[in-house]
Amino acid sequence: MSEPVGFPGGERTSTVSVLELRSVSKVYGEGATAVQALRGVDLHVEPGEMVAVMGPSGSGKSTLLTIAGSLEDPTSGEVLVDGARLAGMSRNAKARLRRRLIGYVFQDFNLLPGLTAAENVALPLELDGVRARKARADGVSALEALGLADQAGRFPDELSGGERQRVAIARAIVGDRRLLLADEPSGALDSATGESVIRLVHAACKKGVAAVVVTHDAQLASWADRVVFIRDGKIVDQTAPPPGPESLLAQGPRS
Amino acid sequence: MSVPHALLALLSEGPKYGLQLRQEFEARTGEVWPLNVGQVYTTLQRLERDGLVESDGPDGDGPQKGFRITAAGETELGRWLRTPPDLASPPRDELVMKILVAVRVPGTDVHEVIQAHRRYLVQLMQQWTRIKEVEAETDLSLALVVDAELFRLDSVVRWLDAADARLRRAAVEPPAPGGAPLPRPRRRVEVPR
Repeated sequence: MSEPVGFPGGERTSTVSVLELRSVSKVYGEGATAVQALRGVDLHVEPGEMVAVMGPSGSGKSTLLTIAGSLEDPTSGEVLVDGARLAGMSRNAKARLRRRLIGYVFQDFNLLPGLTAAENVALPLELDGVRARKARADGVSALEALGLADQAGRFPDELSGGERQRVAIARAIVGDRRLLLADEPSGALDSATGESVIRLVHAACKKGVAAVVVTHDAQLASWADRVVFIRDGKIVDQTAPPPGPESLLAQGPRS
Repeated sequence: MSVPHALLALLSEGPKYGLQLRQEFEARTGEVWPLNVGQVYTTLQRLERDGLVESDGPDGDGPQKGFRITAAGETELGRWLRTPPDLASPPRDELVMKILVAVRVPGTDVHEVIQAHRRYLVQLMQQWTRIKEVEAETDLSLALVVDAELFRLDSVVRWLDAADARLRRAAVEPPAPGGAPLPRPRRRVEVPR
């Protein structure tokens, strides 16, 4: 199940980044009205790593995510997912890679209203040719793993916003997904519900999934192992690996 | 952080020894604000002098000396809980000062200064979030303290984001001829309390 999707010249070393962007640029439009959304972005995301991308509106953070998820092609530069160069792939191979390796979570859930939670989660597996019964069972166990067993048989309109978003995360990591891409995943949720959503992303990373979470919310971003800051289409800064929590506790009273 | 009132709150549950008060204070504040024994005893002496607590007797400050809250202490505790802290006058915030100053220092990119602080704050938030992730699940007091810290730091990051955007807008369309006016630090907000 977890072997990489077929790709040309696929030598892999043991430490392949799940996602690698190599001087990726993206220009929308042409001539005088051209907009440069990304300018030479380099980014590696390792297995089990959670990276948050912070930046103001229009900084290019959502474009970065759609290009990382092969939903759009870069104007220049290279994107590698699990060691595979997207540019060298046929349309079909790319679609297969998207279905098998990449999960997406958007602000507005995108669950299909006519399907139950379990069916929504199983859908990407079924699309990938997994038998319906097995897909359904995997879907239910993904929901169980996220504490959503009771919701398995319910339809999206019977779920709260927080529950819908957690189902969306279950769908994004079901099967052997290696890369979770999330755009403001707790967007419209209150802070406690938003925290329960980001905890799920964090838990998925502990199990080896790599995640890129785009957000302007520092509390959400602070769950990440690494926070990169993007501005005007360029990565301008990133956090250092944090020291342990000991450095904050028992420092002595502050005034 | 009002140590006297925190001690009164602990004594409102029943009589306690000095050492016990120190342990309970630290446990209830998620051990984020450590307290030394000397601080506990000087505070208790002051509370006793003001008639807010009573002790077992005059002999020494040994660990076996017990303390009780008085009726006046109960009243004072109730008053303090409902009195808002002074949030009306803006504190002289060092970070705000640095950004105000950075705007005017020749050869300094204020946006780079803002980013340095933003990065530092987010790193600090990452550390608090690790604590929340690991320990705060089983320790309610710690969870409350960590949330308070995260919201406080978050509000500073948001202020930096807003300042960043405001300065960029001002660079394109200056707000007034003759450059930005100096901030007037003497302006005070008066709120009836």
